[in-house]
Amino acid sequence: MLLSINDLHASIADKEILKGVHLEVNKGEVHAIMGPNGTGKSTLASVIAGREVFEVTHGEITYQGKNLLKMAVEERAREGIFLGFQYPVEIPGVSITNFMRTAVNEIRKYKGLDPLSGIDFMRLMEEKKKLVEITSNLTNRSVNEGFSGGEKKKNEIFQMAMLEPTLAILDETDSGLDIDALRIVANGVNKLRRPDNAFVVITHYQRLLDYIVPDFVHVLFEGRIVKSGGKELALELEEKGYDWIKKAQE
Amino acid sequence: MESDSNNILHEVTKQEYKYGFVTDIDTEFAPRGLTEDTIRFISAKKNEPEFMLEFRLKAFRHWLTMKQPDWAHLTIEPIDFQDIIYYAAPKKKKELSGLDQVDPELLATFNKLGISLEEQKKLAGVAVDAVIDSVSVKTTFSETLSKYGIIFCSFSEAVQKHPDLVKQYMGSVVPYSDNFFAALNSAVFSDGSFCFIPKGVRCPVDLSTYFRINAANTGQFERTLIVAEEGAYVSYMEGCTAPQRDENQLHAAIVEIVALKDAEVKYSTVQNWYPGDKEGKGGIYNFVTKRGICKGSNAKISWTQVETGSAITWKYPSCILLGDNSIGEFYSVAVTNNHQQADTGTKMQHLGKNTRSTIISKGISAGKSNNSYRGLVRIAKNAVNSRNYSQCDSLLLGSACGAHTFPYIQVENKSSIVEHEATTSKISEDQLFYCQQRGIDMESAIGLIVNGYAKEVLRQLPMEFAVEAQKLLSISLEGSVG
Amino acid sequence: MESTNLSPITLSRLVSLYETHRQQLVACDTPRLAGLRDRAFQSFASLGFPDTKQEGWRHTDLKESLARLYDYPLDPLKETDIQKVFQCNIPHLDTAILGQLNGWYVSRDVPLMELGNGMIMGSLSEARKKYPELVEKYYGRAADDTTDAFTALNTAFVRDGVFVYVPAGVKSPRPVQMINVIHHKSNLLIQSRNLIILGENARLSLVHCDDSYNHQGSFSNIVTEIFAGENAFLDHYKLQNLNNNSTLISSTFFRLDKAAGLESHYISLNGGLLRNNIRVVFDGTHGRADLFGLYLMDKKQHVDNQIYVDHAFPECTSTEVFKGILDENARGVFNGHVLVRRNAVKTDARQSNKNMLLTDSARVNSKPFLEIYNDDVKCSHGSSVGQLDSMAMFYLRQRGISEESARMLLMFAFANEVVAKIAIPELRGRIEDMVKKRLQGELQICEQCVLHCSTPEKNINQ
Ligand SMILES: Nc1ncnc2c1ncn2[C@@H]1O[C@H](COP(=O)(O)OP(=O)(O)OP(=O)(O)O)[C@@H](O)[C@H]1O
Ligand SMILES: [Mg+2]
Repeated sequence: MLLSINDLHASIADKEILKGVHLEVNKGEVHAIMGPNGTGKSTLASVIAGREVFEVTHGEITYQGKNLLKMAVEERAREGIFLGFQYPVEIPGVSITNFMRTAVNEIRKYKGLDPLSGIDFMRLMEEKKKLVEITSNLTNRSVNEGFSGGEKKKNEIFQMAMLEPTLAILDETDSGLDIDALRIVANGVNKLRRPDNAFVVITHYQRLLDYIVPDFVHVLFEGRIVKSGGKELALELEEKGYDWIKKAQE
Repeated sequence: MESDSNNILHEVTKQEYKYGFVTDIDTEFAPRGLTEDTIRFISAKKNEPEFMLEFRLKAFRHWLTMKQPDWAHLTIEPIDFQDIIYYAAPKKKKELSGLDQVDPELLATFNKLGISLEEQKKLAGVAVDAVIDSVSVKTTFSETLSKYGIIFCSFSEAVQKHPDLVKQYMGSVVPYSDNFFAALNSAVFSDGSFCFIPKGVRCPVDLSTYFRINAANTGQFERTLIVAEEGAYVSYMEGCTAPQRDENQLHAAIVEIVALKDAEVKYSTVQNWYPGDKEGKGGIYNFVTKRGICKGSNAKISWTQVETGSAITWKYPSCILLGDNSIGEFYSVAVTNNHQQADTGTKMQHLGKNTRSTIISKGISAGKSNNSYRGLVRIAKNAVNSRNYSQCDSLLLGSACGAHTFPYIQVENKSSIVEHEATTSKISEDQLFYCQQRGIDMESAIGLIVNGYAKEVLRQLPMEFAVEAQKLLSISLEGSVG
Repeated sequence: MESTNLSPITLSRLVSLYETHRQQLVACDTPRLAGLRDRAFQSFASLGFPDTKQEGWRHTDLKESLARLYDYPLDPLKETDIQKVFQCNIPHLDTAILGQLNGWYVSRDVPLMELGNGMIMGSLSEARKKYPELVEKYYGRAADDTTDAFTALNTAFVRDGVFVYVPAGVKSPRPVQMINVIHHKSNLLIQSRNLIILGENARLSLVHCDDSYNHQGSFSNIVTEIFAGENAFLDHYKLQNLNNNSTLISSTFFRLDKAAGLESHYISLNGGLLRNNIRVVFDGTHGRADLFGLYLMDKKQHVDNQIYVDHAFPECTSTEVFKGILDENARGVFNGHVLVRRNAVKTDARQSNKNMLLTDSARVNSKPFLEIYNDDVKCSHGSSVGQLDSMAMFYLRQRGISEESARMLLMFAFANEVVAKIAIPELRGRIEDMVKKRLQGELQICEQCVLHCSTPEKNINQ
């Protein structure tokens, strides 16, 4: 098993957001997480990635047999966890090239590999840019600064391609994308799918799942996964909305 | 366009003070000038206990060693402190037991000011402590309030009836040695308001005091003390007007606020003392020391002020954020016109952990006036994780006025965040044109725009105050408003 | 004149020094300059050294600096092998170097160079002899020696410094680099004076470096007057890399004629106590002044930037962007004053001061001050003190970047807003490098100092 979350409770500023999440992800799988606004999807993603503002008050997360909660953010990243942010931050003054080069080389160092030479790195960048069909030299600009919503999301997938994670969590990577961009992003993900990695895709729309076909669909509601099923659950949600799930909860 | 706005500005300058009238009430004066005898006279007149006289004398002796401050961006004619009458009390004919017994002239004064006691009582449920020339004349509602254990009375009455409370808190936030004008006030203050909200009590009505400088050549030295015990809440309103006089009159007040753990005090001021005439003759010198301390954790003090009057304003309502997680706020609109000068702002002293402060200051200058914001934000070493946000904007109407911003920022730890922003602008011709194109005349357009500009602050005011403040803004700029 | 004995810097010592040596000081002065000297001396004698009770000095206390023991020679010392001193190892940076040792122009054989294009550069004292009218016309016209004690002191005692003249219409083909190196066996009091003149339509890049050569203490009181004629443009750099025992009071007075442009960059990387007085006066309409500053301080270092911009004419633009990172017990002071006078319509003035504190014992005092007497203006200022953005930190670390590297990246990005404005590419590369090293704590003042080490010496008198 790649990731195992057991009875996870997490809160921010003494407000409990996650109230007992259970989730298991195996290598080679794609999981979709859906659910109404404000129910804790992004919070779950942040907690897996190790954002310190959220306090884990109860429960465990095991990742590749290790206690994930004990690891620092960058250690988790180096162990292969990638978070595609719902709202990627703008970091003025830090060029994407410099940023990615630092990330790639620090991860390589962690794995005991030599740093990539400048030329090899640039080659890698070019290759991955093609994967998400980035044509402009986006890469010489500051991280996310002045990017359109869609450009930001593409840039997240580009970074994912650069870092080749084992577990990628994509938080609403599809929102804000035009139809072509959606296809490009989905294709990018599909090209990166391998038997030894896994994806957790957070989305509000069935549309994305037409491209990235999930093995499992979960509904997160008020801090708990209240329903899980196959890909047909997403279709059912698309059709009926969340009311019936809310009702079932009452 | 250009000449139109000049016209408007010209007209603003023509705006006359609407509250200038003199009420004829028998007054009892202290001898002109200031010596230890004057102070003994005031203290004796008020039948004060020994500790009060001592406090006054200490303050006076200290004052003698001090110099009038000159650091503000103000040009102040020398003040002859020996040419001032330090005490003037309306002669009470007899003890009053009801509103009907209040001097009719006085009531008429209030009516002219638009604050009929009865009306206020009915309309807003406001308890009014009216102060005329430093002596509290009538307090309404105190009986109702006393049911809650709230004490709301004149300072003199508090000295007589609650000397222990006065002794405990008076001078604890603004020590008599604090500054020149605070020392002067501590020596000679004649009256003011006292307000005490006991533990856990939410004061059910907004408390209010109207100040008014009436007699010629009298300085007004009132002193307000507000104490909110643990978990208490009060919203306090202060309004000021003064009749028209040719000579400058001195006003040096002190307001002290103590907020204990979890307490909240909201203090709102609308100040429209007589600003002097178009030529800059006359008007009030307003040198006020206002300071609150958030003594316990989670306490909150909020200052809101609309300053449209006075020839000179020197005033920095401040917060000492001592308790952890305590909050200080300062919302200010200061309007200057003609030859008015204002140097106003706040000090936020962050001493406790996780303390927060917000400063929103809107300066509006017209005519030949000068309007300065002066603020200090200090985050002490131990005030970890504290935050301040300040926004200080200036609006200039006309090319003969000045707007200045002096923010002092001092940060002594790494976990705190301070942000200060300021802009200076004028009413854009596009905005005016837009309004006019929609059929709004220039005056109303400027009124609209200025009110919009000050909205962030005005909305902090209690309802009945907000309406008055809006009116005042327009009046102060009237003419600049067409 | 022989070097005096070591002693603290006091008013009385300087007064008696002036009185005993006046004849020598004024020996080469024109009557006007001699008069200027005497008046400045009187001002200084009555002003005395500023203390923290004065508004402009509230947060900068000179007591300790003044109390150290200094040597104060009134003539140049001939003791150092200057061959070793003037080397600049910024790769590919092709500049005309004007060297100063302890404030004295190092003249070699040619104290004053006269280039084919009409540019004159070299020793100020030499220029006074050779071009008295030119010097007369500008010298002392920008500096304030009536209210500013240090400027008055400088005017009273000044003997030498750098002189640069770019005639009308001339574009200096290469940047001019002034390097003042401090090197002596004991602590030194240094007072030098520079005069820079750009004629109409002239253009110049001026790189002004203050460096220590060893750990010996110094107290420098440097006054620079800079005049930019109509439509002239000056790209100005002030690089400060001094040891922790040095005090530098650097006062620069800019006067910008009609449509003149100034871009100035104050980069303070090291120094015990640095005080930059920057005064810009617009002498005509349509002038532009962009002032950038970056200070990276640690230990007990202290930096104080005092900026005054006088919008005396309509339609001028000024920008101030000063950023600082303060570590350990360092202290940063920023005091920006923009004055917009009554007639200065259509002024556009912006001020910004941003600081980052890295420890709980570092301190910042910031006072961005606007004084405005005109309604037809666009003015704004902002000041902030904070730390690294926690969301950005999370983002970087989520990509596998260590906390340390993430901090470094973000701090560099913070500093880079200023560094990126450096227009000379070689210099920018060098400063980027130095800033990085500085942020990593690797930049030290030593014999191997980055500004004057291993590379072969350039010919100074070219
Ligand atoms: N930094 C924060 N401080 C306080 N509350 C927060 C913070 N971040 C999230 N929350 C709260 O936590 C709850 C869950 O937020 P979260 O972002 O996880 O929702 P979500 O399911 O991702 O919603 P959406 O579909 O809109 O993205 C919300 O009520 C939100 O307001
Ligand atoms: Mg979300």
